Amino acid sequence: MSNIPAELRYAKSHEWIRLEDDGTAYVGISEHAQEAMGDLVYVELPDVGAVVASSDETGVVESVKAASDIYAPVSGEIIAVNEALSDSPELVNQDCYGDGWLYQIKLSDKAELEDLLGAEDYAAQLEEDA
Amino acid sequence: MGHRTPLYDAHLAAGGKMVDFGGWDMPINYGSQIEEHHQVRRCAGMFDVSHMTVVDVAGAGAREYLRHLLANDVDRIEQGRALYSGMLNPHGGVVDDLIVYRRDNDYRLVVNCGTREKDLAWMEKQAAGFDVAISEQPALAMIAIQGPKALQLAKPLLPAADTLLALKPFHFVESGDWLLARTGYTGEDGAEIILPGDQAVALWEKLRAAGIAVCGLGARDTLRLEAGMNLYGNDMDESVTPLEAGMGWTLVFNDRDFIGRAALEAQQIKGHQVLVGLVMEEKGVLRAHQKVFTANGEGEITSGTFSPTLGLSVALARLPAGSRGDAEVEIRNKRLPVKIVRPPFVRNGKQVFKIL
Repeated sequence: MSNIPAELRYAKSHEWIRLEDDGTAYVGISEHAQEAMGDLVYVELPDVGAVVASSDETGVVESVKAASDIYAPVSGEIIAVNEALSDSPELVNQDCYGDGWLYQIKLSDKAELEDLLGAEDYAAQLEEDA
Repeated sequence: MGHRTPLYDAHLAAGGKMVDFGGWDMPINYGSQIEEHHQVRRCAGMFDVSHMTVVDVAGAGAREYLRHLLANDVDRIEQGRALYSGMLNPHGGVVDDLIVYRRDNDYRLVVNCGTREKDLAWMEKQAAGFDVAISEQPALAMIAIQGPKALQLAKPLLPAADTLLALKPFHFVESGDWLLARTGYTGEDGAEIILPGDQAVALWEKLRAAGIAVCGLGARDTLRLEAGMNLYGNDMDESVTPLEAGMGWTLVFNDRDFIGRAALEAQQIKGHQVLVGLVMEEKGVLRAHQKVFTANGEGEITSGTFSPTLGLSVALARLPAGSRGDAEVEIRNKRLPVKIVRPPFVRNGKQVFKIL
């Protein structure tokens, strides 16, 4: 079974989001997603300063096999992106919940987190999809 | 559930991630496709290719039949040699690409698994009037061992090993029920071994213990693309002729009338698109069906990938004749610069492409 940390929220499209104390959040893709993609070779990230709505396309991860869009799990402003992924996209495979984070977002409405899945519900969705 | 090769359980035990591949459950990788790719370029890897279809063609009319059926000419090879050829329809479109082995008393063809049924039907249909017996050999397995050290590592485990190692590319040797050929689909030295299915697991495990890495079909695809080799269904199909698929070198226009010949001759006069290579240094990945813009007009990528060996993206693309120099590829509504090159991209572990 795939690792699904309990403290994170998840989008149905397999992004995770981790809220920080300062009201910003980190976004990445789940272990299930990186495993399904296989070895990543390229990550395209949004521009810092971009204002996005939840479910907007905010980049692309490409593996040797395929390209997959990344959607914003919440609305807000992109305040940082993980520059290390430009040269080392494999960080997403190696540590998808840590060094393989994609971008940091300043939430415009924290209530949107409630629309996302908790770890248990996300695990249940993976079961259903399997 | 799909078809399973004799090595199915061995793949699961080795951690193979199984996917559907033309109706067969095959390993796409055993953990990391890129690692497996590097194993083949740097040392030795092996692939289960038992899903491919082996068809033997025997009978007094076999030679005549194959000279009619195939666009390459089996008379170009003696016994003990292999030949790559297209099998064409009357419009010159590629029904399939295959390797034919000329054995002592018959010919052995290895065709693609995804085209198995239509190939067999086509071959039967064209056999009318020829004294031939066409027989599929489903009890055989096939293992490809590839990489600079593959043959040395495998040598103690193979019959007729001394002969095999002394052979040139596209030659083969037989030993009992085994056929061992110096062929492959990676651009590296190595062999493809056709053997009885019930002996495949034992060989596989011994090769593995000798240090040959198990590799999935994912790595096989990036290796073949770096080697500039076509994949049926991507780079050509029934709507594409060998002239448009970089297979002009496999066509022999001599005294015989092979299927599709007239259409190809007409196309040679009329002109046609060509298959070339593309290399992109920008970040991003070239993929099949992306549009290509050249000074001579538009074309399309037929196969594209990130090249683990070169660290950049490479592709095969069908472009207007005479396309040279710089081009652009449209990726997600952006146009990125690429160079038009002559494949292969990689041979024997080294970058070899030439910019056109």
